[in-house]
Amino acid sequence: MRLGVFICHCGSNIAGTVDVAQVAERAKAYPDVVYSTDTLYACSEPGQEGIVQAIKDYNLDGVVVASCTPRMHEPTFRRAVERAGLNRYKFEMANIREHVSWISKDKESNTDKAADLVHMAVEKLRQDKPLYPKTFDINKRVMIVGGGVAGIQAALDCAEGGLEVILVEKTTSIGGKMAKLDKTFPTVDCSSCILGPKMVDVSMHPNITLYAYSEVEEVGGYVGNFEVSVRKKATYVDWDKCTGCGLCMEKCPSKKSYDAFNEGIAPTTAINIPFPQAIPKRAAINPDYCRQFIKGKCGVCEKICPTGAINYDMQDEMITEKVGAIVVATGYDLFDHSKYGEYGGGRYKDVITSMQYERLLNASGPTSGHIKRPSDGKEPRNVVFVQCVGSRDKSVDRPYCSGFCCMYTAKQTILTKDHLPDSQSYVFYMDIRAPGKQYDEFTRRAMEEYGARYIRGRVAQIYPQGESLIVRGVDTLMGTQVEVEADLVVLAVGAECSQGAGQLAETLRISYDAYGFYMESHPKLKPVETNTAGIYLAGCCQGPKDIPASVGQGSAAASKILALFSKDQLESDPQVAQVNQARCVGCGKCITTCPFGAIQEIQDRGGNPKAEVIETICQGCGLCSVTCPQKAIQLQHFTDNQILAEVNALCQPMMEESFE
Amino acid sequence: MSANDGRELRIIGFLCNWCSYGGADTAGVARLSQPTDLRIVRLPCTGRMDPLFMFKALFSGADGVLVSGCHPRDCHYSEGNFYARRRLELAKRLLPLLGFDQRRFEYTWVSASEGQRWQTVVSKFTDQIHELGPAPKVGRGQRTEIRGQQSEVSAEVGN
Repeated sequence: MRLGVFICHCGSNIAGTVDVAQVAERAKAYPDVVYSTDTLYACSEPGQEGIVQAIKDYNLDGVVVASCTPRMHEPTFRRAVERAGLNRYKFEMANIREHVSWISKDKESNTDKAADLVHMAVEKLRQDKPLYPKTFDINKRVMIVGGGVAGIQAALDCAEGGLEVILVEKTTSIGGKMAKLDKTFPTVDCSSCILGPKMVDVSMHPNITLYAYSEVEEVGGYVGNFEVSVRKKATYVDWDKCTGCGLCMEKCPSKKSYDAFNEGIAPTTAINIPFPQAIPKRAAINPDYCRQFIKGKCGVCEKICPTGAINYDMQDEMITEKVGAIVVATGYDLFDHSKYGEYGGGRYKDVITSMQYERLLNASGPTSGHIKRPSDGKEPRNVVFVQCVGSRDKSVDRPYCSGFCCMYTAKQTILTKDHLPDSQSYVFYMDIRAPGKQYDEFTRRAMEEYGARYIRGRVAQIYPQGESLIVRGVDTLMGTQVEVEADLVVLAVGAECSQGAGQLAETLRISYDAYGFYMESHPKLKPVETNTAGIYLAGCCQGPKDIPASVGQGSAAASKILALFSKDQLESDPQVAQVNQARCVGCGKCITTCPFGAIQEIQDRGGNPKAEVIETICQGCGLCSVTCPQKAIQLQHFTDNQILAEVNALCQPMMEESFE
Repeated sequence: MSANDGRELRIIGFLCNWCSYGGADTAGVARLSQPTDLRIVRLPCTGRMDPLFMFKALFSGADGVLVSGCHPRDCHYSEGNFYARRRLELAKRLLPLLGFDQRRFEYTWVSASEGQRWQTVVSKFTDQIHELGPAPKVGRGQRTEIRGQQSEVSAEVGN
């Protein structure tokens, strides 16, 4: 065997703290290595050409590149060796950047460590076999989880591209957070006027099936062939019959139901359509408030419904859908400000969240767009906005910036002035973060044209005095304490991951960060992919972002899927388990262990039971290899012998030392 | 680092590709400084971690073995780390029987976003191994270790 070793400088990233020339020199002593060199940037075009040339010149049949993490450039180099005529699996990487040069400045230790890692890679490479991918059919249907603006965009783009789309929404209407907004920044255009048509498009599009009031329960399968169980929750209204006339809402005697759409600012009826533009425009009963469910008698809606759509005995329904790709667009939730005792902890009626204020401003909201204090219905004169409530605050475990609060607060001060020309807005802020097109100009307008008074400092306390609230804070620019008498206080609450985000991630087998936001495959270069092939992210479930960014991600996820589905077949990863039939005793342990059902029992010519791997289903985890008592089933590219060879490469010098 | 008396010990890490290997990458990208003793072997999943690898490493002269994977319920292959947890817990209990201090072997969970946690795990484990010193040389019967106390890494990282 003739192996080549390439040690990358990565500019000074590696060469700065690792003696790369020495590592390359030491690699020459490793078994089967016939060529070893260092290269400035292995991944660059000349770097890759150097590898291709060396393979040809020295007749190499395996290559080790010691550079960055294989999670980044393994596919790049695999393609390069393939260009030179080698099998792409006759290649190994040693991670001497993330795992060596970047974590220690001790050049001598780093050089030793890098040499060890190269040695390991060489030993593993010596046992690499050429592998060949199989192809499999894909199901060109897409499931979008979450019907906010990001999900809507992804659904429409996929549907326009000719794919069949299933849109699953948790609540009874799509639209998400954007449907609740009155206006959007920085254009101050009406939110429902720009979202509404898109929502209607979703309901009209022949390629889109909408499951509202439904949740994803289980996900099986793999890219190209997922099988998803969706629970359609009982609405107690037959949506095939319901016409959305709203008669039931007028007559429902239970008028104290919590109105989630209006953020609880006013009650609604137990049977309701959340808002006039809802899609689908269908009524649903909230059994926690409905008299028929609480007291067992009422039945008003059943009597009044002109189409006889009410069904109190309705049960949840389970549906299974087969799709080839999934977009997760589950959005975010708002921070619960009751954690801030100094702001009243939710006890003062006139201290409200920004989203509640948005509903007060909205013409289709509970006050028909008139700003009225929740406590006494009076118009406020002084409105105080407190920014960074649940953002950039370690004390409530929310150290991150939610990104959009500075902008929506500026918008709300402008709208306040529009609604109540005699009013005065005060904004307590930490920093103004307005890094978008026309964003900074917008906050300037709020201050200069609309006279919002911006006070740089935190609010220490809010307490009631008579009919008003006293907001006590600090003005750090003036270096003084300030007190503002407010009629209404609006807390600019930050974003946090949506409730149940972690559970859904586990169902989908994707990762999430410490705050429950889903992890993209690469923070810069793969912002909508996840590490699970075929599952994509869009919108705030990946991290707080504003509407344009959410829409952009929705489209990006859709284009990724359209590209994926532009082929009729996908190549499976050949790094799968393989059974040595001669060693297999047919115990069947691997069959019960495999999480994917990728191993089946077959019979050999003598009628003996044997295990067999279905290569396109196997995901390559290697659980079976460890389970097998005979070690008959081996994960290709990660065989027992290969891993033990790596261990041996590391322990050899110590062995010699200890047995001298 | 602090416990490194100028002489490196041989520590082998087996990391799953999806979480902990990514976590170690994250730590690297953030330039979180770590002791240099550890050498990492990449596995697809901790479910691929045959206890044999750990025994083989210790018998061959490694001074410590660290396994790290995805947090329970967060496995890329849905349940690989549950298998790992059962197998490795059992394997760990066998170590005193073979004459090794239990503290030479740890398994833990670090996600791809937890660069800092990875730094803590590596630093603590390296310190722990340096406190124990070089492993007894099996086959010579020179000395065996007394069975270990509660592991320091898992206690301090809150595992």
